[in-house]
Amino acid sequence: MFESWKVKMNHQSRPTLHASRNTQHATRIAYLVLFLALLFASFSSASAQSSAPTDDEVNAIARQLYCPVCESTPLDVCPTDACKEWREQIRTLLAEGKTEEEIFEYFEQQYGARVLAEPPREGFFWLMYLIPPVIILAGVVILFRSMSDWRKKPAPVEVEADEIPAAKDDYLARMEEELKKQK
Amino acid sequence: MLSEFGYGILVVSFIVAVYSVIAAAYGAQTKSLATIESARRAMLLLFPLISLSAAALIYLLVNNHYEVAFVYEVTSRSMPTYLKVTAWWGGQAGSLVFWSWLLALFASAVTIRKWERDIEFLPWVIVVASVTTAFFLGLNVFYENPFTRFWNVPGNVEPHMFAPAGATLFFPEDGRGLNPLLRHPGMVIHPPMLYLGFVAYVIPFAFAIAALVTGRTDDRWIRLTRRWALWAWLFLSFGLVLGGRWAYDVLGWGGYWGWDPVEIAAFMPWLTGTAYLHSVMIQEKRGQLKHWNMILVILTYALVIFGTFLTRSGVLSSVHAFAESAIGPLFFAFIGLTFIISVALLIWRWPLLRGENEMTSMLSREALFLLNNLLFMSVLVVCFWGVIFPLISELFTGQKVTVGPPFYERATAPLFAALMLLMGVAPLSAWGHSTIQTLGRALWKSALVAAIITAALFFTYTQNWIALIAFFLIAFVLLVTVQEFWRGARARQHSQNENFFTALMRLMGRNRRRYGGYIIHISMMLMAIGILGIEVFQTETQGTVASGGELNLSGYTVQYRELASWDDSGAGVNYTRAIVDVYENGIYLGQLTPRIDYYFDSQQNMTIPGQRSTFRDDLYILLVDWQPVSSMGATFKIFVNPLVNWLWIGSIAFFFGVLFAAWPDKDPAEERVHSRRSAKQSQVAG
Repeated sequence: MFESWKVKMNHQSRPTLHASRNTQHATRIAYLVLFLALLFASFSSASAQSSAPTDDEVNAIARQLYCPVCESTPLDVCPTDACKEWREQIRTLLAEGKTEEEIFEYFEQQYGARVLAEPPREGFFWLMYLIPPVIILAGVVILFRSMSDWRKKPAPVEVEADEIPAAKDDYLARMEEELKKQK
Repeated sequence: MLSEFGYGILVVSFIVAVYSVIAAAYGAQTKSLATIESARRAMLLLFPLISLSAAALIYLLVNNHYEVAFVYEVTSRSMPTYLKVTAWWGGQAGSLVFWSWLLALFASAVTIRKWERDIEFLPWVIVVASVTTAFFLGLNVFYENPFTRFWNVPGNVEPHMFAPAGATLFFPEDGRGLNPLLRHPGMVIHPPMLYLGFVAYVIPFAFAIAALVTGRTDDRWIRLTRRWALWAWLFLSFGLVLGGRWAYDVLGWGGYWGWDPVEIAAFMPWLTGTAYLHSVMIQEKRGQLKHWNMILVILTYALVIFGTFLTRSGVLSSVHAFAESAIGPLFFAFIGLTFIISVALLIWRWPLLRGENEMTSMLSREALFLLNNLLFMSVLVVCFWGVIFPLISELFTGQKVTVGPPFYERATAPLFAALMLLMGVAPLSAWGHSTIQTLGRALWKSALVAAIITAALFFTYTQNWIALIAFFLIAFVLLVTVQEFWRGARARQHSQNENFFTALMRLMGRNRRRYGGYIIHISMMLMAIGILGIEVFQTETQGTVASGGELNLSGYTVQYRELASWDDSGAGVNYTRAIVDVYENGIYLGQLTPRIDYYFDSQQNMTIPGQRSTFRDDLYILLVDWQPVSSMGATFKIFVNPLVNWLWIGSIAFFFGVLFAAWPDKDPAEERVHSRRSAKQSQVAG
């Protein structure tokens, strides 16, 4: 039902709040969708909400979503017009009685996995969650094995820290002298 | 004219840097002191040269030379002069010049010191510093030239360094202006601080490489660069904190840290740098972990370049942007090459770096420091993977994903908690050997008092168990650390017959690194209080109200009074400011004025919150939207951020702690003798 509803992204912040033609178009479709959804809801036994969703209810969901254009800015605080439209979309979906999960699903279907705050736990994306613990565990194992190695082994032969091979010593002395001369 | 001059100087600098690399390496190979000295002088020449080029750039920036593409992009006539100067690092090309300039400054500071018995390090330090400088200068000379100008060519305007045949210069009326988000005092200081930190880490790396190449792998290189590492860490930390403060003040999302890849890029070298500050102590005191310290320094350098790469190559927006950017692949190759060479050197010298002591106890100070390092590395793994996974995903599946705060918070919170526990336990464990009994005796009182405090908080403040665990750890670390000051000063008071205050001052003065470290631990706990406050207790609400209408949140009432909008054509800004009255439980507290600044030249909004800040909480009000007819009302978003002020208070304490630990001693000669003696002693002890 939602396939036809693609909001064109407009990422230039404008000082005025006049809706663009795109927005008007989208709003008209949104009303149509809303009407259809309400119709649908009235026939099903879904728990449709009677009162309009508050800003806080919208933000609670928007906080966990990211639009594909504004890198790393959660939807609830993104100031662009496109994100404003997305928030209105969430409001509409909430008004239709959609749950949080359903709204996430809807956005993911429309725009891809990147709108979610984390990669979905499926297929290739499992690597996201598996690699760090594996590496950290490997680190723990390496650390404890080398620690017990250190305890078992006798102290290795000491490397005399200040001792420099004789040939180098000579080289050093020459260098120092040279530098003194230059001062 | 000035453009050609500036560019010419950049080209000359690049040649000088390359020469200095070749001469230093050749001089070291042939043991020709004259050649090494020539390389050193070339290196010293770099700083004045790059300064000249930078001066030319600044002149162009300040005097509205919009025919220069870089000047056009980052400045405009309405910007005040100080912002035009700082626009130097406000764009890609300029910030790369800034990088080279700082590195040349630091490298010069290093090369003019007295080298005496460390002279064998000199050529290799020059090689590393000059290779890095040459790389950044090369980026400017060949790809990101800040002096490129606009030319009228038939039917078009094109940017070129030199005039195409028959073209005339094109002079735009005005520039595009710096991104308004960057026109904040915090943002003016934040990048230089971060860069200072980044660049200063090149110096310890240069010495580490010199130690590996020359085979002089005792801890001399660590002692020589101890202060550099500390200053680098200070600048990097300060840069991070300033970035957080800037985000809090201008980004308008009620927070200071969003786990943005750009933030993490700066955070990763901080993690290895912090691990390094701890693990060098083990090498100095116990002669252990020589390999590990090398690895940490190499990693820190790689992460510094990687951080610059992440923010400069466009790779974060997508792998395609990276492939299209000229400097992205170059950065990648440079990081890869320097990393492979460093690791190869390390493997070559591996046998020389064997430890001098055995690990005798799992609870000894060195063992706990190792755990600390493991935890820092674990946080690094989480951060690194979180930053690069979207790129990997895009590369292999064609699908971009977002890795947002929930992932990082979940993964790092237990690691940070474990670090806090160690921060409480480690200062009381002994070098060499500790048992559960000795540690228990030293710790139980602090743990008990911390538990009582936590119980009191349970009944009076919060029942959130995450917060309670964190409060327990914070109280525990604070108590242990304060107790350390107390016990030391008391002991000295008795043995030296001084009054308590004198004893405390002298005690701290005698062991600045240790007590500076403790001050840093205390400040970290104050910062933890602030972080905990905003992470766990933040509340928010949003609503649209007409004039006279109210919004309520956590005991605060915000009443909307009026809204005004006006242009400041001189500054090129439109201000829209709301006035709200603030009450707490019915008591009038004052007015706040959240506003939105709209910048005409860059067509961007900036949201400035109205803030009321106390030790207990911050009331943070954003003007989100308003109706053109003011009677219809305005939309506000209100945050109450409990305890967040402690984050900034802790940062200031932190700054003093590092200064205390890093400040040069009065008599460096004496300090050197002292450190040499203690080095000998530790060898004897080993």
